[in-house]
Amino acid sequence: MHTLNTKSKKGMKVNLYTSTISAGFPNSANDYAQENIDMNEFLIKHAAATFLVKVKGNSMKESGICDGDILIVDRSLNPSNNSIIVAFLDGEFTVKKLRRIGRNLYLIPENKNYQVLKITRDMDFQIWGVVTFVIKRLA
Amino acid sequence: MKRTTFALIDCNNFFVSCERVFNPKIWNKPVMVLSNNDGCVVARSNEVKAIGIKMGTPAFKCKDLIKKYNIQVFSSNYTLYADMSNRVMECLKQFASDIEIYSIDEAFLSLDNIYIKDFQKYGLLIKNKIYKWTGIPVSVGIAYTKGLAKIALKIVKKDPQYKGVLDFTKFNREEADNLLQEIDVIDIWGIGPAHSKKLKTYGINTVKDFKYANTNWIKKNLTVMGERCALELNGIPCFELEEFPAPQKGICSSRSFGYPVVKKDDMEEAVASYTAIASEKLRSQKSYANIIIVFIKTNRFKKEPQYANAAYVKMIEPTSSTIDLTKYALIGLEKVFKKGYRYKKCGVILEGIQPSDRIQLNMFNFYNHKQKQKENKLMLYIDSINKQWGRGIIKLASEGTKKTWSMKRYRLSKRFTTEISEILEIEV
Repeated sequence: MHTLNTKSKKGMKVNLYTSTISAGFPNSANDYAQENIDMNEFLIKHAAATFLVKVKGNSMKESGICDGDILIVDRSLNPSNNSIIVAFLDGEFTVKKLRRIGRNLYLIPENKNYQVLKITRDMDFQIWGVVTFVIKRLA
Repeated sequence: MKRTTFALIDCNNFFVSCERVFNPKIWNKPVMVLSNNDGCVVARSNEVKAIGIKMGTPAFKCKDLIKKYNIQVFSSNYTLYADMSNRVMECLKQFASDIEIYSIDEAFLSLDNIYIKDFQKYGLLIKNKIYKWTGIPVSVGIAYTKGLAKIALKIVKKDPQYKGVLDFTKFNREEADNLLQEIDVIDIWGIGPAHSKKLKTYGINTVKDFKYANTNWIKKNLTVMGERCALELNGIPCFELEEFPAPQKGICSSRSFGYPVVKKDDMEEAVASYTAIASEKLRSQKSYANIIIVFIKTNRFKKEPQYANAAYVKMIEPTSSTIDLTKYALIGLEKVFKKGYRYKKCGVILEGIQPSDRIQLNMFNFYNHKQKQKENKLMLYIDSINKQWGRGIIKLASEGTKKTWSMKRYRLSKRFTTEISEILEIEV
């Protein structure tokens, strides 16, 4: 509630309330008012390193990543075992689950119709970023 | 005296690197980026540099080489480059609180208020983190002056043994001089092609030669700026970190046309559009201008009648209003426009720029303050609306609506980071 100081006819200071006061109880919910939820803040931890990617195809279906979904990819994160990553492989981008078994790295699809791929030395392989969220349009 | 340590960070082949972040197919291929209208080469991958194509070569002169080496050619996607640049600069702020963004792909950091044991290691940390976060490869030069940091960077780029980072502060005088004698004077910060040519006629060929040249002679022949450059090379700082760059001296807005402009109507439209862009820039830095220069030229690479001219219009009162500036720009155009030529380029330059709180009024001119204030207010509204809804949603009628002359950009990549409909698509 804001107050304004103004002078009354007799030159005395009177406080005027700028918010309207209606009869009855004051709205106590105002005391608990907060800022809106900021989706950027929730979804993006490292803005300079975060990119959006659109998915084509269904090889990751069982992890909930389907054709047309949008992925939030954070390049600043280090992938851990079983992270879903965007990778660069022999001139193409792909999205797969990264798994380390012993000294070997594997790219695991999440769809029975696709094959597991072992990363070998002769491949041109680089991790591009770690997928942090999936955005799906439902309505 | 307190010693300052500067780190200069420079993005390698920046525009090419931006394209490569989103396009793995071109990671190991020769790539180049062309200027507005696909006019000439403005960025080259290392492969293209090795082929021998120089910066600024007109695109049509590269046709055969493009075919022969299968060079991947892109139009300049400034929306993408600007966003990637912001990301790089944002990242850099993690490494120092004092940062000067020097250009779209370069920044100076002051390493003074941080406890760093090993500058080389710190530089490597910067380089690796920028690459990890943004995908942009950078080089780092570290030295006690900006001038030396620039030279350190040159050395880094020439010699792969440094792996992208060189701490020049670790060298003693002899070691430093041995490196400086390998670098041409043209690579000195502040020495242009004209000065370097002059220096060479006097036998000053390398950075080392310049470092030890007679100071008085330099001052006499290259002014006090030249002297400062020489002092910087001797490790005496003359240029500080400029976190808040001074208002620009001149503002230029120009571009080549996608199609030759023949009609005066079209030219007026183009001049008005560029004036609008320039005056918006002027207002954004809270300044006024009192000189407007309008220039037009034909395509010098075509076998056609050639003509180029510029009109210099001094305004009675300094102004930042698009309405005033457009009026004067069109008066200028009227003076220089000639029928019968096929024009390739036009532009406007604003000069005599002064802060809006310190404008000099003309004694003999009736200055209508009320009217001016009204107009200023209108301009601010227009700018804020344009900012919110996109440039050009509100404009003067003289800017026109058809823009038959607008840019030609055939090989434009997508705006991967700023348009939701253009984000990277991945086959999964």
